[in-house]
Amino acid sequence: MLLIPCPYCGKRDEHEFTYAREGHIARPTNGEQLTDAEWAQYLFMRKNPKGVHYERWMHAKGCRRYFNVARDTVTHEIYAVYEMGQPAPVIERENGR
Amino acid sequence: MVETYQRRSALAHLGLVARAASSSTAGAGVIMSEVPHRTIVNVRGTASDVAFSSAVQTATGLALPSAANTVSNGGVWQIVWLGPNEWWITGPDGEAESLIEALRANFAGQHAIACDVSESRAIIALKGAKARDVLMRGVSLDLHPRAFRVGQCAQTGLSRANVLLHLVDDTPTFEIYVLKSFSDYLWQWLEKVAADFNLAVEA
Ligand SMILES: [Zn+2]
Repeated sequence: MLLIPCPYCGKRDEHEFTYAREGHIARPTNGEQLTDAEWAQYLFMRKNPKGVHYERWMHAKGCRRYFNVARDTVTHEIYAVYEMGQPAPVIERENGR
Repeated sequence: MVETYQRRSALAHLGLVARAASSSTAGAGVIMSEVPHRTIVNVRGTASDVAFSSAVQTATGLALPSAANTVSNGGVWQIVWLGPNEWWITGPDGEAESLIEALRANFAGQHAIACDVSESRAIIALKGAKARDVLMRGVSLDLHPRAFRVGQCAQTGLSRANVLLHLVDDTPTFEIYVLKSFSDYLWQWLEKVAADFNLAVEA
């Protein structure tokens, strides 16, 4: 079980949160001009990295706010938590993954 | 607003008044009761906007709680933190309409709302020396007095229900806000756990 630091409420148990997948994906503003392949790229294709993943969580049982998390998909270590609209921080890791 | 003659509190069907009459609080480790019909007004706005915070203060005489997960407490009203731009104003029964009228007048021209949600929640009061032990069987929060202090609140899961916990005093007395549809379940669950700690029911 993860202990996730909500930027507003502090550390809470994982079961209080819902996962909201990869963050920082901007919806195209010119949707009517996109090809099917480009639209599919936006809609379906995700990074699935081994290492730091920038993702969104929502504190469903608590303050009900979305926020961003930089989490290691191998170790589950949480490197950073930041509000929606903030840029993704650069994460330097010791193991160099 | 529900017509007065049809109005029953969420847990009225449990016959708590009769139970309380035959239950002694002497030596009880845990005392449970329902807090019926409290006014709850949901307010949303921008905390850092002075026009908004002073609009709330003018209507309630209370400042918005400055810290997350805390409650500011006045004579009549309380303001409960729910999120960075959301609060409940709670107070005596029957005062929702006049409060909302005052808030909406003060909110004129602002991006803010006030909405009566009094009928959405039931409130269970849980107090006594063993109140923490009861809650600890169903929440993942650290409820040690060092970590969860008087005046703090938290929205979390209690057993299978979503609740808002407010530590009112260091008896300790907890007030548990729960959706009405979960209130019967939660009362039964609390009673089952509290039976281990010498439970008494109060009207
Ligand atoms: Zn939160």
